[in-house]
Amino acid sequence: MTVTEKDKLSEVISKCKPERGNLIPLLQEIQAELGYLPQEAMQEVASFLDIPKVEVYGVVTFYNQFRLAPLGKHHVRVCMGTACHLRGGKLILEALERELSIKVGQTAPDRSFSLERVACVGCCMLAPVVLIGEEIHPKMTPFKMEEDLTPYRQEI
Amino acid sequence: MNFPKIQTRAESEWENLQASLYILIGTATCGRAAGALNTLEAFQAELARQKTSAEVIEVGCMGLCYAEPLVTISKPDSFRVVYPNVTPELVPRLVEGYVLGDDPCLELALGTLEEDEEGAPYIPELSRFEHERRIILAHCGYIDPQNINHYIAQGGYRGLDRALAMSPPEIIEEIGRSGLRGRGGAGFPTGKKWEFCSRAKGSPKYVVCNADEGDPGAFMDRVILESNPQQVIEGMIIAGYAIGANKGYIYIRAEYPLAVDRLKVALGEAYDLGFLGQDILGSSFNFDIELATGAGAFVSGEETALMAAIEGKMSTPRPRPPYPANEGLWGKPTLINNVKTYSYVHLIIEKGAGWFSSIGTEESKGTAIFTLAGKINCAGLTEVPMGTSLQEIIYDTGGGIANDKSFKAVQIGGPSGGCLPESLLNTPIDYDSLREAGSMMGSGGLIVMDEDNCMVDTASFFLDFVTKESCGKCTMCRLGTLQMLRALEDICSGKGKMEDLDNLLELAEDIKAGSLCALGGTAPNPVLTTMRYFKHEYEDHILRKQCPAKVCPELTAYYILPDKCDRACEHCILTCPTEAIKGEKGEVKHIDQEKCVNCGTCLEVCPPEYNAVVKLSPVTSLPPEDAKAKERGIAQGVLG
Repeated sequence: MTVTEKDKLSEVISKCKPERGNLIPLLQEIQAELGYLPQEAMQEVASFLDIPKVEVYGVVTFYNQFRLAPLGKHHVRVCMGTACHLRGGKLILEALERELSIKVGQTAPDRSFSLERVACVGCCMLAPVVLIGEEIHPKMTPFKMEEDLTPYRQEI
Repeated sequence: MNFPKIQTRAESEWENLQASLYILIGTATCGRAAGALNTLEAFQAELARQKTSAEVIEVGCMGLCYAEPLVTISKPDSFRVVYPNVTPELVPRLVEGYVLGDDPCLELALGTLEEDEEGAPYIPELSRFEHERRIILAHCGYIDPQNINHYIAQGGYRGLDRALAMSPPEIIEEIGRSGLRGRGGAGFPTGKKWEFCSRAKGSPKYVVCNADEGDPGAFMDRVILESNPQQVIEGMIIAGYAIGANKGYIYIRAEYPLAVDRLKVALGEAYDLGFLGQDILGSSFNFDIELATGAGAFVSGEETALMAAIEGKMSTPRPRPPYPANEGLWGKPTLINNVKTYSYVHLIIEKGAGWFSSIGTEESKGTAIFTLAGKINCAGLTEVPMGTSLQEIIYDTGGGIANDKSFKAVQIGGPSGGCLPESLLNTPIDYDSLREAGSMMGSGGLIVMDEDNCMVDTASFFLDFVTKESCGKCTMCRLGTLQMLRALEDICSGKGKMEDLDNLLELAEDIKAGSLCALGGTAPNPVLTTMRYFKHEYEDHILRKQCPAKVCPELTAYYILPDKCDRACEHCILTCPTEAIKGEKGEVKHIDQEKCVNCGTCLEVCPPEYNAVVKLSPVTSLPPEDAKAKERGIAQGVLG
């Protein structure tokens, strides 16, 4: 962790009450500040709440929201809900894996893009849907996906 | 402040609003996805440019997701008009026409909110609303979710005011007599649950709202929380008073940031007016509500797993009994209900159990709320009396199947539900009829599939979801579903055998029996119903290596018809992501099946006047050389 990361971590922890029930909100806050949960942060949390480290690690790896590594500059999330699946969501995911040369769940080595699948973003009428950052890309096809990526590529 | 005073103040604020010119813009998540925030900005800019002081109010969702962004213009001296698909380009025209002028722009309107206006339909009379009976969606999209006075002016908190004058047992009896059943999916009688919890020994007691809506394709809880969060809060306060709890939790998915934000505002407002906190409306009853945001686990929707999540642990279910009513959060008696269940409570108290039980069927009272999605013309949200048929919802409310395709199946209840065929479209929607058909009410996601959807692939999709979301505690759920998924994948890729079907049935029974919670217990449903109603599709995959819907990539090939290919055009060559299409200018284009990844781009870009690209299944319908190339491609793993 960098010095700034450490400062941010201490600040978040200092605002929290050391109660077992606060584990998840605390981890959420730390991730909101740092973008991910570094190993040292999990260790700090464990000693702050006075619980075994493995319990913190267990919770972190149980929930989909928590990340052990920082994301790339552009966070690409492909909706894999039912409506998106029926309209070819899997083809969009394959197209993205091909275009970005990474597999789902990975971040490109140059940290330009991260690719994830999400269960359902609730925009079923716009299926299939891809989120790049917070931008929604509706009614995608593999071809349109390739075109929509271009501006993000130039922005790296 | 006492309640009549609060009410008078809210009503006068609402009346003042009605006497002014205002614009409603639907900015729930679905509206935002369709660009509502750009529309909002365009309205603000245009009104500023025209130096007009019309109020612009962000509201939730009316349920007409297909028509988003949705805008309503309300004028004191004229009728209210609702406009669909309002892009920023249309904004100057609407401002010029109706905000400043007298032209209601009816050619752009979806309809009016007052009867008997010429030139545009009256919205409640649209065929979309023919079967609807809006109770808890009634104000969604019409009131400001971040202004508690709008809710109060529509009758909000009258139920709480009345409840506080009743004794707790009277309230529980009223809820019991209404026939309300849990809207989370299982349909347990709500009154009974409240009674168990009120009788349970132990203190303190807790009230929990399950807003961990995780079913892919279901988003009604999100819409309610984004459009009218106060009714959920009011229901929880009444529940707290009835069972003797002073603390409530709303457990909501972190994936719903807007709903979280709007709930926070709503809770703050409820505290400000004294509906939450100490000595509520002078009754000496205290109640607090805290938000707990989920960290992303589908299994958290199961009640015991949800409590573990609130306690900050891994969200895994535990055996019941003891039920949460006796031993719930931190081992204390806990009442858990769904967002929709709490939403009905204040109305039942206000209007009486008889009013509620007059709606619906003998065994399923009240209304059902469904999200409509998939291959349907008018996707969105609908609220209908229990007992309405699937046919009526899909064809009348949903406007039928999109793109003139034919109906194949409707999937109800997400990964726990099942796929029902055309022959069961007259099934009435109620807990028991759906269960009999092999599906379930579930959370209420209704997804329509057409001829282009493969039922084996669909079953495999749901199993894949379950294997990813199984918490891993029960072996059958963790590994049994994985075995089922492997068998389905084999069938999809043409490697299936007929005995796989028997194995699937056997595994399904074992998984149901060997899982603690409903996630595993219902996980086989999509497979069982597709095998029951679409067995021929399984057989086509296994025996004929054919995918009738032409979806499964190993069994389907793209092919360019030589006599239809326009030799001068190169659309497919230029866009093929794997450079699998060959052919010089002036030559017929040809797909190298060995390289083809079945992405479908060539089919998409081939100009409609040529229409030269087709999908073929089985792959043996290709010319022999191409079929061999396809086999080589599959062997090399090009299909991923």
